[in-house]
Amino acid sequence: MYAFDFEKPTTVAEAVAALADDEAQPLSGGQTLIPTLKQRLAMPSKLVSLTGIAEMQGVCTNDAGQLCIGGATPHAVVAAEAASKYPALSALASNIGDPAVRNRGTIGGSVANNDPAACYPSAVLASGATVVTNNREIAADDYFQGLFSTALEEGEIITEVRFPVPQAANYQKFVQPASRFALVGVFVAKFADGVRVAVTGASNDGVFRWTEAEKALSANFSPDALNGLSVSADGMIGDLHGTPEYRAHLIAVMTKRAVAAAS
Amino acid sequence: MSPAINFELRRRTFIAGTAVAAVTVGMSRKAAAQTAAPVGAESTTVFLTVNGEGRELTVDNRTTLLDALREHLQLTGTKKGCDHGQCGACTCTVNGTRVNSCLSLAVMHDGDEVETIEGIGAPDAMDPMQTAFVENDGFQCGYCTPGQIQSARAVLDEIRAGIPSHVTDDLTAEITITDAEIRERMSGNICRCGAYANILAAITQVAEDQA
Ligand SMILES: Cc1cc2nc3c(=O)[nH]c(=O)nc-3n(C[C@H](O)[C@H](O)[C@H](O)COP(=O)(O)OP(=O)(O)OC[C@H]3O[C@@H](n4cnc5c(N)ncnc54)[C@H](O)[C@@H]3O)c2cc1C
Ligand code: FES
Ligand code: FES
Repeated sequence: MYAFDFEKPTTVAEAVAALADDEAQPLSGGQTLIPTLKQRLAMPSKLVSLTGIAEMQGVCTNDAGQLCIGGATPHAVVAAEAASKYPALSALASNIGDPAVRNRGTIGGSVANNDPAACYPSAVLASGATVVTNNREIAADDYFQGLFSTALEEGEIITEVRFPVPQAANYQKFVQPASRFALVGVFVAKFADGVRVAVTGASNDGVFRWTEAEKALSANFSPDALNGLSVSADGMIGDLHGTPEYRAHLIAVMTKRAVAAAS
Repeated sequence: MSPAINFELRRRTFIAGTAVAAVTVGMSRKAAAQTAAPVGAESTTVFLTVNGEGRELTVDNRTTLLDALREHLQLTGTKKGCDHGQCGACTCTVNGTRVNSCLSLAVMHDGDEVETIEGIGAPDAMDPMQTAFVENDGFQCGYCTPGQIQSARAVLDEIRAGIPSHVTDDLTAEITITDAEIRERMSGNICRCGAYANILAAITQVAEDQA
């Protein structure tokens, strides 16, 4: 690690002020950032810890019936507290990494990092969630902008993520057995006005919506509606764990499984 | 973790960084392990309650909780396996929840309560989980064992607290302790010797004794 200063503010306003310094960076659970620092792949001048900010913790429901999750809420808390309100989201959170990772890793860190194999981005995109920051609200469709890139500006903090709760939903992850990240993960969410399908783990551009499947499933929410549909291997990730063709094939398989489990 | 990525270094003062790197290479292994840093802007004094005892220490901000325990407090029961959150050898309990101490910085834990294997029991006064590991041969070389025992105790606490796991069928009903539940909840703790079957037996024994 390169040397850095450290601050642990207790309010969002203080954190924003601390992040105004050149090359300051937020630190949430550290489950991604600390390994990155150890590999000397980042060299922030200052780390601003978000874990002491009470207003960024916890799960609640707002007047519009949306599930609101504080940006610094650990995965384990989401797994426990979203279980009755949004079971598919709870199940996703309960299968991120392992229990020790889930006790520290947070939704804000995962969504800010936008790892192409991370789980949460698929739930955010499929649910049509809103990413709330210290100065604006960003629709999921505008938020994810490709591999590790998002609409976040330098020094901007995710304070909350708001999920509309679907009528039915399910997340299916084909686990990369060594890391337990998604080799391919598909989140399907059925709302009164249509179905949304988001795919993680597969594309070189990060999480994306499979619109063809959305159209078919909006007309007929059953695995059979996907018969004959496939995703092109162009632009899919190829590595020692799987070829682009394999990942493209898995997308259709996991989508069918998710629909079967949700319906 | 993920596909190969071309990371971009963030800090503009990259030249300073490479100079630091060059210096580090020339240092002894011990110095490079981030011990005994001078107190400056990049060091912090933290107060931890470790195994019930208040400990104040001044650490380089880069010191992980694991290195603080092992190198500064000489509590070497907590092991370093991978140093990257993958193996669970460094598992200890912070404010009652288990964490990988290698993926936490000591400065993040000012005011926190930390429990390590040294705080759980001693050879002449073992915790029931330690006794069960001995009785069931829940280890061979023993390197992963402190982390396994920390996790094993947390598994039973988490089930009692009603925290569901990925293999829990009904997320809102009371959780039954099955082999699958225990295996899933112990998935973050790797045992290179492969003592898994006996670890499972030890945890099951304690669960049954406490039922
Ligand atoms: C062994 C292991 C297995 C894992 N398996 C999975 C898995 O199966 N699926 C999965 O999805 N993830 C997995 N992860 C990643 C894990 O979920 C991380 O917790 C998560 O990606 C990052 O969250 P964090 O709170 O730790 O963020 P940090 O590591 O603290 O930060 C990550 C990045 O986000 C920025 N950031 C953090 N919080 C905010 C915020 N509120 N606003 C703006 N920027 C912010 C930081 O500056 C940094 O760039 C795994 C990690 C490990 C170590
Ligand atoms: S040493 Fe911390 S998980 Fe391996
Ligand atoms: S007993 Fe040797 S690694 Fe587990």
